[in-house]
Amino acid sequence: MNRIKLFLTFVMIIFFAVLQAGCGGDSNNSDSAKNKNNNSGLPDWEFENGFGPIKKKLYLVPLDKTMASEGEKIFESKCASCHKLDERYVGPAQRNVLQRVTPEFFMNMVINPEENLEKHPHAKEMLATYLQKMTNQNINLTDARKLLEYFRLLNEELKNDSTTNK
Amino acid sequence: MNRKYIKAVLISSAVVAAFAIFHYGCQESKNLSAGDEAARVYVAPGSYDEFYMFTSGGFSGQVGVYGLPSGRLFRQIPVFSQDAEKAYGYSEESKPMLMTSFGFLPWDDAHHPELSQTDGVPDGRWLFINANNTPRVARIDLSTFTTAEIIEIPNSGGNHGSPFVTENNEYVVASTRFSLPIPNEDVPISSYKENFKGTLTFIKVAPDGKLNIAFQILVPGFDYDLAHAGKGPSHGWAFFTSYNTEQANTLLEVNASQNDKDFIAAVNWKKAEEYIAKGNFTKTSTTYYRNYFDERKHMAFSEKNSEVKILTPEDCPGLIYYLPTPKSPHGVDVDPTGEYIAAGGKLAAVIPVHSFSKMIKAIESKDFDTDVNGIPVLKYESVLAGEVENCGLGPLHTEFDGNGFGYTSAFISSEIVKWEIGTWKVVDRIPTYYSIGHLSIPGGDSKKPWGKYVVALNKITKDRYLPTGPELTQSAQLIDISGDKMKLLLDFPTIGEPHYAQSIPAEILMKNSKKIYPIEENEHPYSIKAEKDARVERKNNDVHVYMSTIRTHFAPDNIEGIKVGDNVYFHVTNLEQDWDIPHGFAVKGAQNSELLILPGMTETIVWKPLQAGIYPFYCTDFCSALHQEMQGYVRVSPRNSNVELAWGTGK
Repeated sequence: MNRIKLFLTFVMIIFFAVLQAGCGGDSNNSDSAKNKNNNSGLPDWEFENGFGPIKKKLYLVPLDKTMASEGEKIFESKCASCHKLDERYVGPAQRNVLQRVTPEFFMNMVINPEENLEKHPHAKEMLATYLQKMTNQNINLTDARKLLEYFRLLNEELKNDSTTNK
Repeated sequence: MNRKYIKAVLISSAVVAAFAIFHYGCQESKNLSAGDEAARVYVAPGSYDEFYMFTSGGFSGQVGVYGLPSGRLFRQIPVFSQDAEKAYGYSEESKPMLMTSFGFLPWDDAHHPELSQTDGVPDGRWLFINANNTPRVARIDLSTFTTAEIIEIPNSGGNHGSPFVTENNEYVVASTRFSLPIPNEDVPISSYKENFKGTLTFIKVAPDGKLNIAFQILVPGFDYDLAHAGKGPSHGWAFFTSYNTEQANTLLEVNASQNDKDFIAAVNWKKAEEYIAKGNFTKTSTTYYRNYFDERKHMAFSEKNSEVKILTPEDCPGLIYYLPTPKSPHGVDVDPTGEYIAAGGKLAAVIPVHSFSKMIKAIESKDFDTDVNGIPVLKYESVLAGEVENCGLGPLHTEFDGNGFGYTSAFISSEIVKWEIGTWKVVDRIPTYYSIGHLSIPGGDSKKPWGKYVVALNKITKDRYLPTGPELTQSAQLIDISGDKMKLLLDFPTIGEPHYAQSIPAEILMKNSKKIYPIEENEHPYSIKAEKDARVERKNNDVHVYMSTIRTHFAPDNIEGIKVGDNVYFHVTNLEQDWDIPHGFAVKGAQNSELLILPGMTETIVWKPLQAGIYPFYCTDFCSALHQEMQGYVRVSPRNSNVELAWGTGK
């Protein structure tokens, strides 16, 4: 009997501890969803990679430049009305986006902005900063992957530039 | 004595008071009943209605989209009249939809919505509706709820008996209400009997919906009123009512009400196809337009046609027969089995119901009374299945519930009468408020009615709603027909005179409803696919602005170098790809309308600035938190100024 009580108390303590952690909220999240300690209450995967159709790590093969140039066209048509590469416009400058978020988060946010804006602390923080909800531009999985390739290319160029500068 | 007297006074005054209250209560409550009606029509916030109902806008020229059972209005689809709210008939892209052989027409009178059918059942692909004044038929696409095509009907004086479909949309039919000289020419009106003719028109519907006038049948100069195609055993036939068989050309109210019987014309259209195939027709030159909307180019185009094939009954035996029908019949309605053809004799005391199988036998045994211009007139008794007696005054239209009952509207006595097919007995009746014209049961003119409700479409509302000055709303009344007794559930106002309505279960349409126009499929010649392509180009006095919109700015939003006397074409592409995010565009002093640009679409409005100065433009459709910031300026300079063309956003 006593053992059971003890066990139950233990369970309750654990439960409250977990709950407490869960309620810890997003107060400590900075402007990045990448490489941060997860105290958001979200599962680690969603915290790092957002909500959407990408549910496991992408296997990223070496850069495909054709795909990247197709991605560039999509960016110009569906994104560039709100995002410039190097300056704030309606939304944030995007050249270094892959230094701020994971490739998986990038794709999930592009495909599924509504759910991320509702649930993800990083997306919420972006909304609070730019006061404009990122719009759903009806981008499918294939096109989102091409966009990613474009930003991988831009990211490679950024890295090379910084190496050269050193 | 005294006490008795007082008592008597008290009692009698109590009785008087009771009657007065009762009487007052009756006047005030007007058919108010305390049952579960409220619950039956209540659609909770955020929930969907069970049916879409499409109503004719009557003299508004448009189509209304309502929900049943709530009676909520969702949308008005512009069809035959300009609509400044949606730039319909004002934007450069939509103007061709309203082209006719009489030029650009900003208005018409829309009458009968009819859903396309597959196997005799509404399939939710298209809605057809007729223009009565300048004869036309429109096809509305039910994936976008917009007008996709309008075809003009040549050789017609007024397109009332239209646009009823055959079982698989082989044809949409149209009959002329007013007869005319064909081809039209300058003759004395008094030469009516000699010179005036009617036409029955068969419009072929291609599998993709494209309309084409297949042939017309030249008929005696009566007034042709309404129509319905056969179904099941009577598939291959179409029925048209006529009045004014007296061929009067003045004071028809008296002069066209002389004959005891007028006619329903029964047309064997499969026979017509044989005569067409054999070349047994004459080609008549005429002019009529077909206008269609190209969903990829986001633009309407007009096509001018100049010839139509005409069949003449004298040369085509077996093509057409007349069924004598009492007293200026209005509606002609075929029951779900296809066997019975009910007519609404406006001035008749009964509803005559003809039998299709008896008609075929009478034709085979040549049971003719006489003939009119080569059209055999069948004997009334030989084709009649029965007469519904005690059917109310002024019977007009009948719809069916699929459970063996017909429901007929009676205009003069303001009621719906329910009668049994076969026994022809009236089994129930319910008053309507007031002066019912058409009535509508979901699927009620098809092979498989969904039943459940009948909607009364009333011409007059008088004291039913809060008064709004001399002009009052038109109205619909929702009546439950699921039980033995009809039960009034709800009154709701409708826009324009609701000549007819058709309803279809919501789930059939909802799954096909488009959300956006994909930007990558936009083939508009002045579209831009990316903000970086926004620009301004001058060609002499024409200035083309290639403009984009997205939450929450225009590109360009500053334009200089426009001059007084320029024709400025604002070609606005909405780059949004999100459902329910249109942007509007309005510029000060515009002499036409705003634009309402749906996601992925390009639309154009022409602006002609008359004076130098600064002109703001802005988004008219609240689109985001920064909607009020969605604005721009155009600088207009004198004609002879040297201000260079310049544009930009955020610079």
